[in-house]
Amino acid sequence: MLELLIAAALLLSLIFYAVTGGADSGGGMWDLLASGPRRDEQRNAIARAIGPIWEANHVWLILIVVLLFTAFPSAFAVTMTALFIPFSLMLIGVIFRGSAFIFRKYDSPAKEVQGRWSTLFGAASFFTPFVQGMILGALATGQIRVSEGRVATGFLAGWLTPFAFACGFFALALCAFLAAVYLTIDTKDRELENDFRFRALCSGIALAPIAAAAFLFAKNGAPEIFHGLTNWWAIPLIGLTSGCAVVALVSLWFRKFVAARATSIATASLVLIGWSAAQFPYLVVPDITIHAAAAPAITLRLLLIALCLGGALLFPSLFFLYRIFKSNQ
Amino acid sequence: MSDFLFARSLMGMSLAFHIIFAAIGVALPLLMVTAEGVYLRTGKPIYLELARRWSRGSAILFAVGAVSGTVLSFELGLLWPTFMEKAGAIIGMPFSLEGFAFFAEAIFLGVYLSGWKLLSPFVHWLSGVLVVIGGVSSAIFVVTANAWMNAPAGFKIVDGKITDIDPIAAMLNQASFHQVIHMVLSAFIATGFAVAAVHAFFLLRKKDDAFHRAALGIALVVGCVCVPLQIWSGDLSGREVGRLQPAKLAAMEAAYRTQNGAPLVVGGIPNDDAQTIKYAITLPRFLSLLAKRDPNATIAGLDQVPRSDWPNVRLVHWSFDVMASSGFALFFLSLTVALLAWKRRSLPDDRWLLRVLVAAGPLGFIAMEAGWMVTELGRQPWIIYGIMRTNEAVTPMPGLAVPFIIFTCVYLFLAFMVAYLLRREFFRAPAPGERQTTTASTRA
Ligand code: HDD
Ligand code: HEM
Ligand code: HEM
Repeated sequence: MLELLIAAALLLSLIFYAVTGGADSGGGMWDLLASGPRRDEQRNAIARAIGPIWEANHVWLILIVVLLFTAFPSAFAVTMTALFIPFSLMLIGVIFRGSAFIFRKYDSPAKEVQGRWSTLFGAASFFTPFVQGMILGALATGQIRVSEGRVATGFLAGWLTPFAFACGFFALALCAFLAAVYLTIDTKDRELENDFRFRALCSGIALAPIAAAAFLFAKNGAPEIFHGLTNWWAIPLIGLTSGCAVVALVSLWFRKFVAARATSIATASLVLIGWSAAQFPYLVVPDITIHAAAAPAITLRLLLIALCLGGALLFPSLFFLYRIFKSNQ
Repeated sequence: MSDFLFARSLMGMSLAFHIIFAAIGVALPLLMVTAEGVYLRTGKPIYLELARRWSRGSAILFAVGAVSGTVLSFELGLLWPTFMEKAGAIIGMPFSLEGFAFFAEAIFLGVYLSGWKLLSPFVHWLSGVLVVIGGVSSAIFVVTANAWMNAPAGFKIVDGKITDIDPIAAMLNQASFHQVIHMVLSAFIATGFAVAAVHAFFLLRKKDDAFHRAALGIALVVGCVCVPLQIWSGDLSGREVGRLQPAKLAAMEAAYRTQNGAPLVVGGIPNDDAQTIKYAITLPRFLSLLAKRDPNATIAGLDQVPRSDWPNVRLVHWSFDVMASSGFALFFLSLTVALLAWKRRSLPDDRWLLRVLVAAGPLGFIAMEAGWMVTELGRQPWIIYGIMRTNEAVTPMPGLAVPFIIFTCVYLFLAFMVAYLLRREFFRAPAPGERQTTTASTRA
């Protein structure tokens, strides 16, 4: 029971990471793709939106790792061994994304200097969520096998499959979509708003074929997920998810940006919830379950207490930060 | 080099890099909050400007601290999966708590940085205080995890399996107390003297700049108060190491043989095969006196430890000497500063003293890096002292030279950029007149 609660906290952190940190990555993508007459304005709007909160958004990633190695140490060991290569790549992406963003802010305002940092920031913003999507995909493929606690399938299993790539692209599109939707709210200028609205619509529509492709690849590439998603409960869940996505697009169309934000966040959360429901009870399909990998009860109990106390202190603070930050703009 | 050595080097390099930013992340907010506190009491705008400038600098360093810390939390599993598999349930707790502490730090730093105009001065200052508390607690938590590797506690081993886990007892292991105190002080010392060096440098160019005088004053107070405490806590650390990890103490002192009335050995070139040390300065009976408070006490030498379990004696011994001599150099510097300040009832600003302060800027960081080398290299060949060997913990991944080279280049690039950007920030120092107007307009 305890381990299920921690697993739920893990999922919650993943969702928070996707809708905050993921959207920051999406901002980086639109920075790289900034174009048209309002190119610089777009970039400024993005930089303002990410601003000093990206570190707080980034902490969700840390929380995910820490929860994983404290509560599910053997799953952590297996994941980090089997996916050594994509995790290392992701780290390089994380380093360049964070540092390029802050270096750009403090380096010379000259055009070519700023351009160089923007390119690096943007490229890393594409790269990082793509690899993260791949990693999540790889865990679901069922190709990472464990025998006697050791990884038996080497270092290339799972993450180089079409399914994992499809997950990577899906993560990209989702981050881009979220970012563009948020940006429509953050900007006051009508034309700039239109730029981001257009981008949000494009990336939102792109989600559908990518999701379909991932689903098709899952049939052979991640049978457990495919099987899960064809369960009785999956149909209404998928319906709800797509419903949210459609409402998000329609609200964008009618310029109801606040509604679009709420529904796009709901879409992203439902995708992750559906995914984990389909993968339940596995952390690494098919050899490591939540139950088998769980740390002793005392660790889980303390961790849960820490999570509750930490949440009670940090959520109000985080809310305070967002409020100050918004009223500063 | 073997993959194993590359793994160790990669881990060591990442930590040596991270610790610089971590130490600054702990201590710079303290300087910042102190400056703002002085402003709140005296109303002198120069202190407000100082707090602003320090907070601007800290934003860059924070970002690099955050990304390098993220890398570390993954590297623990990427490089040492077997270690994390066994230790995760036991010491995951302090890492999780560090996560929360850091989260608080990041949130309130965000509040601090964007709240200059929106918050009342006192609430703004309070958010700075919370940044300090977050930073210091995250240091405390991680260091307890490291201390656990030195003095494992809070579990039992039955038939080779770990049972009866008690994460709280693991956090409160016997090495935590001395390591935490020593580390937190070292962050204040390293940052204090480094910041003092920067402002001393500017005072050498322009003697009466009130801005840099104010900055130098605060940085020196923090640094000079902590150094004597650090000597005390270093002595405590030495005694505790002698009790908990005799092999580490023996390597620190290149003590090959067990002796009554053992000497303190400074410098020299230890030779493992001959089990002697050449060209060293020896202070008879001092080691026994320091470690056991008795000039005739017996100190275990490396002969008590199988040769295969020796750490690298040369590196540990030299690192210890570097730390201790930097520590004493800073101690005498602090004494001088304190004496001069007491005699003149003002900040001493003789040119020679400013030059010495500039030269002493890196000493705190050098001592800190060297101290960690003592701790980490001195623990070898164990990753969990007496329980698990480092080579049992390493990943089976081949070709670790590749990530080692890539991450080395990345870190060099980051270090270069940070140095370059900080230099830019420093040299952008506005003229005094300009400063008045900026502060006036922001508080208006
Ligand atoms: C500004 C930094 C600084 C200064 C001036 C000193 N140290 Fe230190 N020392 C550290 C920074 C440091 C450190 C980096 O913070 C370490 C590494 C691990 C730790 O807990 O603290 C450390 C570790 C460390 C250890 C090993 C602790 C262990 O492995 O558990 C000993 C025995 C000492 N120190 C002793 C001293 C003595 C006798 C000093 C007196 C001159 C001294 N240190 C000055
Ligand atoms: C809380 C803090 C720390 C923790 C939990 C920690 C943990 C570890 C671990 C797990 C290893 C690999 C296993 C081993 O070699 O024993 C390691 C190695 C190492 N660490 Fe640390 N470390 C910490 C702080 C530091 C700091 C701040 C530095 C440097 C300035 C440092 C320097 C090194 C070095 C040089 C190695 C390689 C040692 C070797 O294998 O010979 N460590 N550390
Ligand atoms: C194995 C050792 C370590 C790990 C895994 C680790 C992990 C981390 C992580 C993940 C972060 C960034 C948090 C984020 O971005 O959300 C961080 C930052 C930080 N770490 Fe470490 N750390 C280690 C060693 C240390 C040590 C030895 C200290 C000692 C003082 C320390 C103090 C800090 C501080 C103060 C920060 C905040 C960064 C800043 O404010 O600049 N860490 N660490």
